[in-house]
Amino acid sequence: MRRVSYPYLGNATVTFKKLMNALGNEVVLPRRPTEETLSLGTKYAPEFACLPFKIVLGTYIEALEAGADTLVSTGGVGPCRAGLYTTLHEKILKSLGYEFEMITLEPPGRHLKELIASIKKLVNRKLSFSDYCRIGRFVWKEIQLLDKVEKLSHKIRPLEVKKGETTKTFRKCAELIAQAQTYEDLLEIEREAELLYDKIDKKDFDPLKIGIVGEIYVVIEPAANLEIEEMLGDLGVYVERSMFLASYTFYNAIMDLFRMPGERDVKKIASPYFKEMCGGHGRESVGNAILYAKRGFDGVIQLSPFTCIPEIVAKSILPKVCAEHDIGFLSITLDEQTGKEGLRTRIEAFVDLLAAKKKYKAMHKKGDVTYGTLLGH
Amino acid sequence: MAHYLGIDVGSVSTNLVILDEQGELEEAIYIRTQGQPIKAIQEGLKLLSQNGKKWDIKGVGTTGSGRQLAAVIAGADVVKNEITAHAVAAMKEVPDVRTVLEIGGQDSKIIILRDGIVTDFAMNTVCAAGTGSFLDQQAHRLGIPIEEFGYYALRSKNPVRIAGRCAVFAESDMIHKQQLGYKVEDIIRGLCQALVRNYLNNVGKGKEILPRVVFQGGVAANVGMKAAFEEALGTEVYVPKHHKVMGAIGAALLAKEANVEKTKFRGFDASEIEFTADSFECKGCSNHCEVVNIRMEGKVIARWGDRCNRWKVIGD
Repeated sequence: MRRVSYPYLGNATVTFKKLMNALGNEVVLPRRPTEETLSLGTKYAPEFACLPFKIVLGTYIEALEAGADTLVSTGGVGPCRAGLYTTLHEKILKSLGYEFEMITLEPPGRHLKELIASIKKLVNRKLSFSDYCRIGRFVWKEIQLLDKVEKLSHKIRPLEVKKGETTKTFRKCAELIAQAQTYEDLLEIEREAELLYDKIDKKDFDPLKIGIVGEIYVVIEPAANLEIEEMLGDLGVYVERSMFLASYTFYNAIMDLFRMPGERDVKKIASPYFKEMCGGHGRESVGNAILYAKRGFDGVIQLSPFTCIPEIVAKSILPKVCAEHDIGFLSITLDEQTGKEGLRTRIEAFVDLLAAKKKYKAMHKKGDVTYGTLLGH
Repeated sequence: MAHYLGIDVGSVSTNLVILDEQGELEEAIYIRTQGQPIKAIQEGLKLLSQNGKKWDIKGVGTTGSGRQLAAVIAGADVVKNEITAHAVAAMKEVPDVRTVLEIGGQDSKIIILRDGIVTDFAMNTVCAAGTGSFLDQQAHRLGIPIEEFGYYALRSKNPVRIAGRCAVFAESDMIHKQQLGYKVEDIIRGLCQALVRNYLNNVGKGKEILPRVVFQGGVAANVGMKAAFEEALGTEVYVPKHHKVMGAIGAALLAKEANVEKTKFRGFDASEIEFTADSFECKGCSNHCEVVNIRMEGKVIARWGDRCNRWKVIGD
């Protein structure tokens, strides 16, 4: 039996395990990236590689040490280096003497044949058509549910009366989902999760709203972004991020296969500012920032790994886009640093800025602006 | 009469100020942190209590990278990031300020204000070139007291071009030019220009710098840097009289504005209380966080350093 492992990606890590198990593979569960993971990745990665590359490399080494013989990762198209990362990871790991097979899942829109060949390698059990349907329905539901409980946590965290309660509830929900075995389990958990969130004591006020855009790994994986969403929530801010696993997979794998628009809408919105494709999620960052502005958000935070070209391109365009759409902008570059204080200082100052601006606008409407007395408190 | 205490604990210096009811500066103290923030804060409190004046503290604000620590030791009503604190202080002194340039010991920032509110800011993220520590080091290497460093630059007629992208490049370029026999004055002026270029290209990248421009932080004392900024920006740069302690002034102003009923200030006796810090490695997960305990006479009153908050002390 294959012993499969793959990069860690938040709570979906467990969902992917269930999928791999159902297809007849044993799974070496990747660990949540820690400082140790990062040290391992940094040691063997090229110095100028980005943070996601290093974290994923570290995760692979940990998985191989734990006995994995197959690594599964996604490929990609376009100039972003991440499309080549799987190949580079494989070379580095083989040169370190590990023996394993690397299976790359390429996007179906352009590499359908390769994708089917890769998936075949991962199916190691006789499955009927109805088995596939059952597995597909379950996994899809689980990813959606995970995204749902996370979105709920972002909505409720700024309103909570007792600090930390939302985070606790979210962790509990994620744990319940991890234990689910059938579609019916998931439906039950969905109801229970809603109840749990309902029970949290909430304040009644209109919080500041911040949208997060940027490179997918650092946006989705809290271990790679110093838990920025939690930090913002604790400051009483409603956070929404532009990328969730379910919608991302849906638009980039399935819709793309049938040449349907989806994420492409975001790209279209970005096109007056950003026409050329530069790989990664550069255009999505710009498009999503505009969408947040149109929806009345107060600010946009861009997360980018140090040296990430698509995000560097987006970073030079975003200040102008945000100024034109009258929405605050802050860019955060993430690298190996694990100290949170520098980030906290910037985030606090940004939230102060947005609060002051909101107050200023409200007062401006009433026409009683007092000079210099409204610094966000 | 009511007074407000502001404490700014930075990596290089710890500053304490006392403001009166009108927000005017009564007393300012500047101490080198020297890697021992607890000691620096306590020493500052002691100095404030020893100068014979009676302070009736109604509010305390802390800021700077050591603001949490200062808040625990002195007992603070407001704990604020240094960007907001610096902006508040600049606005008090120059109400129509639109740009604040701040260069401290180990970081630098730019704050953009419009109509009295902060609209944008940036802090240096990648390098220390152009901060106080680097200038200190270069002054020391050239054997010139840091206080006179800027005046050397003013005497130069023909600045030498120095590479400004990075402190390492700047230093080696300086040494090479020195060895070729260029005058010290010209090298220093060239260095100031290089650092200003670096600041404007890094921290000030993409920001609309409009007058009035206020320059604060420890480096604002350097007349060479001020002149180089004026030259590069083509506008007058105003340096507040108390430029070194603007962060602390901002913190005190914020404490004043918070208008708390009863301050959490421990009193100046806090300088006599025994505060200690110790740390341990958490084995809860493979992050192995280094958790720090802050103890007041042996009892843990605050704890930080853990990523997951499991060690949070109840009540803080």
